[in-house]
Amino acid sequence: MPHSFPFLSTEQKKELSDIAQKIVAPGKGILAADESTGSVAKRFQSINAENTEENRRLYRQLLFTADRVEPCIGGVIFFHETLYQKTDDGKLFPQLIKERNMVVGIKVDKGVVPLAGTNGETTTQGLDGLYERCAQYKKDGADFAKWRCVLKITDTTPSELAIKENANVLARYASICQMHGIVPIVEPEILPDGDHDLKRCQYVTEKVLSAVYKALSDHHVYLEGTLLKPNMVTPGHSCSQKYSNQEIAMATVTALRRTVPPAVPGITFLSGGQSEEEASINLNAMNQCPLHRPWAITFSYGRALQASALKAWGGKPENGKACQEEFIKRALNNSKACQGKYVSSGDKGAAGGESLYVANHAY
Amino acid sequence: MTHQFPALSSGQKQELQEIALRIVTPGKGILAADESVGSMAKRLNQIGVENTEENRRQYRQILFRADDRINSCIGGVIFFHETLYQHADDGTPFVKIIKDRGITVGIKVDKGVVPLAGTNGESTTQGLDGLSERCVQYKKDGANFAKWRCVFKISETTPSKLSIEENANVLARYSSICQQHGIVPIVEPEILSDGDHDLRRCQYVTEKVLAALYKAMSDHHVYLEGTLLKPNMATPGHSCPTKYSAEEVAMATVTALRRTVPPAVTGVTFLSGGQSEEEASVHLNAINNCSLVKPWALSFSYGRALQISALKTWRGHKENESAATEQFIKRAEVNGLACQGKYTGGGDSESDQIFVANHAY
Repeated sequence: MPHSFPFLSTEQKKELSDIAQKIVAPGKGILAADESTGSVAKRFQSINAENTEENRRLYRQLLFTADRVEPCIGGVIFFHETLYQKTDDGKLFPQLIKERNMVVGIKVDKGVVPLAGTNGETTTQGLDGLYERCAQYKKDGADFAKWRCVLKITDTTPSELAIKENANVLARYASICQMHGIVPIVEPEILPDGDHDLKRCQYVTEKVLSAVYKALSDHHVYLEGTLLKPNMVTPGHSCSQKYSNQEIAMATVTALRRTVPPAVPGITFLSGGQSEEEASINLNAMNQCPLHRPWAITFSYGRALQASALKAWGGKPENGKACQEEFIKRALNNSKACQGKYVSSGDKGAAGGESLYVANHAY
Repeated sequence: MTHQFPALSSGQKQELQEIALRIVTPGKGILAADESVGSMAKRLNQIGVENTEENRRQYRQILFRADDRINSCIGGVIFFHETLYQHADDGTPFVKIIKDRGITVGIKVDKGVVPLAGTNGESTTQGLDGLSERCVQYKKDGANFAKWRCVFKISETTPSKLSIEENANVLARYSSICQQHGIVPIVEPEILSDGDHDLRRCQYVTEKVLAALYKAMSDHHVYLEGTLLKPNMATPGHSCPTKYSAEEVAMATVTALRRTVPPAVTGVTFLSGGQSEEEASVHLNAINNCSLVKPWALSFSYGRALQISALKTWRGHKENESAATEQFIKRAEVNGLACQGKYTGGGDSESDQIFVANHAY
C-alpha cells in the first residue's frame, strides 16, 4: 500500500492524456457507432432494413463519410466487426476516421451477465484475454476503448454488491487498456427505467460514481488518461413529475462535482432513452450551469446522433445523402451544445422529438 | 443503499456551505491557534516561558489583539477548548473579539491519537464519544467550524490498509456529526513528513489516503460543499537527500488533489507541518500559481508557520507584545497574498526549520 510500483512511463502517461484531450477538444464529442449485431437488428427492424453484414457496412459508411463533421466529432466508437470493414473503394474504416483527424475507439466488453442472488442485477464480462485483444486493437488503429456496466433503480437496487462488482470490473478493464496506450472510457450506466424522481437518480448516481473512483484509485488507474461516460441525472421514465432542463443540468452537475476528480479530462454523456433534441438541450443546459465544472462536458451519443439519420436512410441507397444530412445536423447541434451555445430551433428532424427509450435496454 | 434518507435540510446545507465559503473567501485563510496544553508546553518551553493557563491566555491575546489588517487575510481561527472560554485583559471573551472582526470561530474537537494494535506504530484518533452533545454546546458558544486531525506516517510498511480505512472512517463519522449541528467539519488527514522518502512517494501515499477519505465521506453521506480539507502538501521526507523546487512541490500537491478531491469541496486549507514560515508561504504561493485547473480555494490553516516569529519575539515579556503581534500580522498578510498566488517576496522572517520529529499534538 505505501509503495508505488509505477507501470506507466511518463511517455505512456502523456500519450494517454493527449488522446483523451483530443477526443474532448472544445466543440467535440463522440459518435457511438458500436452497436452490437443484436442491437443493430433492433435498429434496422424499425426501418424495415435487413440486418446483413453488408447493410451494416453501408450504413456505417454513410456516417463515416459524412462531411462537415470534423469540428464536431473527436472520436468514433467501433464495434469489432466494423473495425475491419472497408469503404466502397477499399479503405479500412479506422484509417478513414484517422485521416479525418478523429480518434478511433473500440467497444471491448462482452455484454452483461447476471449476478446470482440479486434482484435481476448484472455485471459485465470481457476481461478474459483483454490484455492480448488490446494489443491487437492498438495495432489495428484503436486509441480508446469503451466498456459498459449497467445498474438499475428499484426499491432494492442497486445493491452494494452490484455497485462494488461493476466498479471493480470497470477498474480492471481501465487498468488493462492503459497498459497498451488505449484510453478507457468508463461507462457506469444507471438505467432510466422506473418511476423514481430526480433526487433519487442523483443520489444513486453519486453513490455509484463514488465507488467507481475509489475502485479506479485502488487499481492505480491514471485518471488523466480516462474518460467517463455516465448517464445524465434524470427522473425515471414512469415518473409522474416533470423537470426542466435546468433542473436536470443542476442535478447532474452537482452529482459529478461531488464525485468526479478534476484530473478526469472529460465527461461524455450517454443519451440513454432521450430523444435527439432532448439530449442536445440537456447537454447545452449543463454547459450553461453556473456551478464550476473542471472537466469537459460533452456527448458520446449513439441513438441521439443517429435516429433521424437511420429513419431517413430506411435501408435505401438513394436516401444516402438525406441520411448524412440528418447526422450532420445532429453533430453540429451537439457541437454547439457541448459549448453551451445551442439554441433549439424546434426543428425535430425526422425523429428529433421521439423518445428513443427502449425498456430495460441491455445491448 | 438505494434510498436516500436526507441527513440535512436545504436550509442546513445552505448554512454549512456559507460558513465554509466565508472561511476561504479569496485572500483569506485560517489561523490554527488550537495547540493543546501539551503542545503549548513544547512551544513555550522553547522560548523559556512557563506553561501556565495565564501564559497561554496572554500568548493567544497577542494574536487576537492584532489590528484590522488581519481582517482581510484571516477567515477563521481554530480554538482549543480552554481558549474558547478565556478573555482578554479587559474581560472581552476571545470568541467575541474574533467574531466582531468578521472572522469565523472554530474549535478543535478531537481527543488526540491512540495506537492501532497490531500495526507498525500507527494510530487512529479518538473523540467521537459525546461529540454530538459537545457540538451543540460549541455551536451555542460561538463555534461554526471544527477541526479533527488524523495522523499517518510513511515507512517501508506504512500507512497500512487498516490505518487508511480506520482514519478515513473516523474522519467521516466526525464530519457527519458536526454537520448535524451546523458546524463545518475541517477534515485533517495529516501524513507526517518524517522519513527519507522522496516527493513521488509522498504524492502517491497522499493520493491513496485522500481517495479512501472521500469514499468514506460518501459512505457516511457527508455534504461535501459544507466541508473543508486540511491536508499536508506533497513534500519529500525530512531526511530525503533530494531537493525539490517550490514548483515541483506545487505540481505534486495539486496533481494529488486533482486526482482525489471532488470539486464540490469548498476549500483546501493546507497544514504547514514542519515547514518554516517562509517555506510554507512560498509553497502556498507556488500552489496557487500552478497551471493545472484547481476548482477549490487553496489556502492556509497554519499554526507554527504563522506564529513562530511571534513566539520568538515575545519570549514571555510584556514589553515585546506589540512587536510579537506585528510579526504575526506580517505572516498573516504574506499568506493572504500567497493564497492568491501574489506573494513575490523572500523575506526577513523566521526561516529555521520548525520540524519536530514524530509530531503528535
